[in-house]
Amino acid sequence: MSETLIFYALSGLAIGASALVIGQRNPMYSVLMLIASFGALAGLYIQLDAPFVAVAQIIIYAGAIMVLFLFVVMLLNAPKEDGADWDQSHPLRLPAVTRLGSMLAVLLVVQLTWALTEASNIGGAVSGGHDGGTVSSVRQLGRTLFTDYVFAFEATSILILVAMVGAVMLARREGERS
Amino acid sequence: MIPLSHYLFVSAVLFAIGTTGVFLRRNLITILLSIEIMLNAVNLSFVAFGRQMGTVDGQIIVFFVMTVAAAEAAVGLAIVIGLFRHRESLNPDAFVSLKW
Repeated sequence: MSETLIFYALSGLAIGASALVIGQRNPMYSVLMLIASFGALAGLYIQLDAPFVAVAQIIIYAGAIMVLFLFVVMLLNAPKEDGADWDQSHPLRLPAVTRLGSMLAVLLVVQLTWALTEASNIGGAVSGGHDGGTVSSVRQLGRTLFTDYVFAFEATSILILVAMVGAVMLARREGERS
Repeated sequence: MIPLSHYLFVSAVLFAIGTTGVFLRRNLITILLSIEIMLNAVNLSFVAFGRQMGTVDGQIIVFFVMTVAAAEAAVGLAIVIGLFRHRESLNPDAFVSLKW
């Protein structure tokens, strides 16, 4: 029973914090709210018997990526959403278009909920069929990562290298060609 | 035990919040944050499905998604910095012209 309570608390925290990310006008608060949301998601991962993913979520997402966002927000020093003159002139800011966008978002939720209720034959308990102890252990995870997914793993390292070089190239000031 | 559909519902709501943010916010950094919300929603359903199937593949795909998200954030933020230097604005409506 307490498991269900924890699940609802964590999901509510994740959804509420994500809604606040969207609701803020100050990107600094948005980033901090998103860190809270990621923390709640890490709790959900622990409940799903995936402790390594939870730790990686905290370290990589909340620790590295969000700090990168925070650095950029502070560096740019443009805290509020600006540009009222841009807003009025742009066709996407027409009230009808905004209403259509919100309607499409609601439609997306309705569709996904419908799909979930239709697919009720997969709705058994998550930890039903097997003993979770062996399957999600870190040992099994590493073994699979370095056997079945070793090519994707190496490709990922190249991706990170390319992203690093690209970020340095893009963020460099113009005319600094050495 | 919590049914799989509950996790999928949380994932769906998070994804919808992210989509709404991309369409409604007028700030490049908030739009990037909304994309991160969507990636996390997908991660949650990957882990839930992997738990359901009894395999470890879902978690491994989550690692790859995290890596790609890190690369995307680095390149995206570099582009945002470059754009901000040109226009002194983070509003995407300020960058509607292809050339200036």
